[in-house]
Amino acid sequence: MKFKHAALPYMIWSAIFVLIPLGLVAVFAFTTSDGAFTIDNIARVSSYTPVFMRSVWLAVVATAICLVTGYPLAYLMSRMNGVRQRTMVMLIMLPMWINFLLRTYAWMTLLENNGVINSVLRFFGLGAVRMINTQGAVVLGMVYNYLPFMILPLYSIMTKIDSRVIEAAQDLGAGPFHVFSRVILPLSVPGISTGVTMVFVPAISTFIISRMLGGGSNMLIGDLIDAQFLGNAYNPNLGAAISMVLMVFILLVMSIFNQFDDSEEREGMLI
Amino acid sequence: MTRRRLSLALLLLLLIPALLAVPAHGAEMDYSAMDQDYYGRYRGQGRSLNVYNWGEYISDGSDGSLDVNKAFEELTGIKVVYSTFDTNESLYAKLKTGGSSYDIIIPSDYMIARMIQEEMLLPLDLGNIPNFEEAISDRYKDPSFDPGNRYSVPYTWGTVGLIYNTTMVDESDLIDSWSYLWDPVYAGNMLMFSNSKDAFGIAFKMLGYPINAESTEQLDRATQLLKEQKPLLQAYVMDEIFDKMTGGEAALAPYYAGDAITMMEDNPDLRFVIPKEGSNIFTDAMCIPREAKNKELAEMYINFMLEPEVGLANIDYIGYSTPNDWVFQLLDDEVKNDPVRYPDQELLDSCEYFVNLPPDLAAYMDEKWTELLSADERYSQMLMPLVMLGCVIATVCLNITRSLRKNRGTV
Repeated sequence: MKFKHAALPYMIWSAIFVLIPLGLVAVFAFTTSDGAFTIDNIARVSSYTPVFMRSVWLAVVATAICLVTGYPLAYLMSRMNGVRQRTMVMLIMLPMWINFLLRTYAWMTLLENNGVINSVLRFFGLGAVRMINTQGAVVLGMVYNYLPFMILPLYSIMTKIDSRVIEAAQDLGAGPFHVFSRVILPLSVPGISTGVTMVFVPAISTFIISRMLGGGSNMLIGDLIDAQFLGNAYNPNLGAAISMVLMVFILLVMSIFNQFDDSEEREGMLI
Repeated sequence: MTRRRLSLALLLLLLIPALLAVPAHGAEMDYSAMDQDYYGRYRGQGRSLNVYNWGEYISDGSDGSLDVNKAFEELTGIKVVYSTFDTNESLYAKLKTGGSSYDIIIPSDYMIARMIQEEMLLPLDLGNIPNFEEAISDRYKDPSFDPGNRYSVPYTWGTVGLIYNTTMVDESDLIDSWSYLWDPVYAGNMLMFSNSKDAFGIAFKMLGYPINAESTEQLDRATQLLKEQKPLLQAYVMDEIFDKMTGGEAALAPYYAGDAITMMEDNPDLRFVIPKEGSNIFTDAMCIPREAKNKELAEMYINFMLEPEVGLANIDYIGYSTPNDWVFQLLDDEVKNDPVRYPDQELLDSCEYFVNLPPDLAAYMDEKWTELLSADERYSQMLMPLVMLGCVIATVCLNITRSLRKNRGTV
């Protein structure tokens, strides 16, 4: 308790740069451009239902793929010896040293009709595949960019699972399936929860990935918000309303998800 | 808009002796032809001027060109503080949120119209810009976006046209119409502007309407047309058109004339044409925002930009077309007769400026545009509130069952 004041600088920081801007978003969402109160903006958001649904769907798919591919890797990593563990963590972090835009741009050159992958396919006499400007490409971009955010929290939770616990389960006659479903999975729930949050939230609000890999016709909520502030439409009030609805939606989804974790211990969880 | 300068390789070769002679900076300027009394008025007062321009949109002394801002500083003794923006919309957002004090801005036509309407600009005193009357060609005076040039002096202009790859289209086809962007033969090989204003502009021209929407009926017809085009397109993009067309990724796309020249140099298979239905002509013009602190100095800067030598250096660097008669006379014959940069008068007459739409039409256009981009699936408008409600109920139920279970455990 003595060090309570050490958190003060951050408290002030978040008050100025998090709480006040959030308040401003709310103010903008409930006013017209003249400053009068209205709920029109919020009501208009529902006319963008297709955009919302597509964003949610693509984010769910991307999160699921991240979880399915990231989970086994995180487990294997956590069972490796020290040097190999550190090397693996390093390898996973490596792409994050390169700018996000550049990485996505690189995928553009790979996936294009005359891009690297199709050139190779053609060289072997296989027909070209249409990859860029599809929803699949958008999901690929999300998975590629956010996969480390899934693996790292899973890995850090799994390193805490004592090997002796697993051995004890095996000694007591549990097969591989039961070891996984009764021991490893329940113990890694906080990691899953954090990983899902850290992938789902940026994936649902991304805008540059869909623009670069989705060919502009796969509009997501992020693109819609961007268009309200920097596009022809210039309607910051509507933009703020969409942001607020998105924010509430994410909070609700996260709160539901976290109900599934019954453990009292909540280490390493975000919410 | 990507603002790319022309490849100056040949010019560079010619300039090597000049570079050797003046190693410190690029081309030197001859001030003797300029009115020293007019430009020297503020010398020695330590004044400075805030200029806000597009990126790569002024001759800056690189590759042996003239450093325009430095020349202005030498001539007048006024310090130029120069910064750049990347879109008209970000310029608008910056001015609208306040806190900045630029003396010169260079927005495009439709944005100027909008800023005039919202009283964000100061009227110019053309008496303070003596070069205006003679320098600016009559064709570019009194534009529809700023009648009587009360607020703006044109800096550059250009057109939007159709750029196509001759190896990917039928040679016998003499491409001269926007309708090729609706041709199923090129399905999956065409790009379109991902910007509502530009995309609707093309659709309006196809339908024979003016380029600026006049009614919701026109917008509905254009939306219908764009919906027919959507399945044939490879993608909706803006700046990416430059790379995609140069790389042979698509056969047809709309783009800007000034950039088309650079693209054709990079890929000789490309051709540029202004379609016969007419197109969009755009102007970027110098204006003084309401917050400006140095109006007379800003007018002096505008006047300086119209000087033939300065204008020539800028137009050489930028690669767009000039509205300045003095500068046009100084251009090479090859450039003067280039149909891409300086098309026939007749063709130019069919091109229109974008102006600012009335707010209700602008909002309707935006709505239709979003509908176009997200029209693949149809959902009931009630779906979202219902999903939200479902989430709330689920959270509450889960919380209740959990606390019930916990209570049972403790008993």
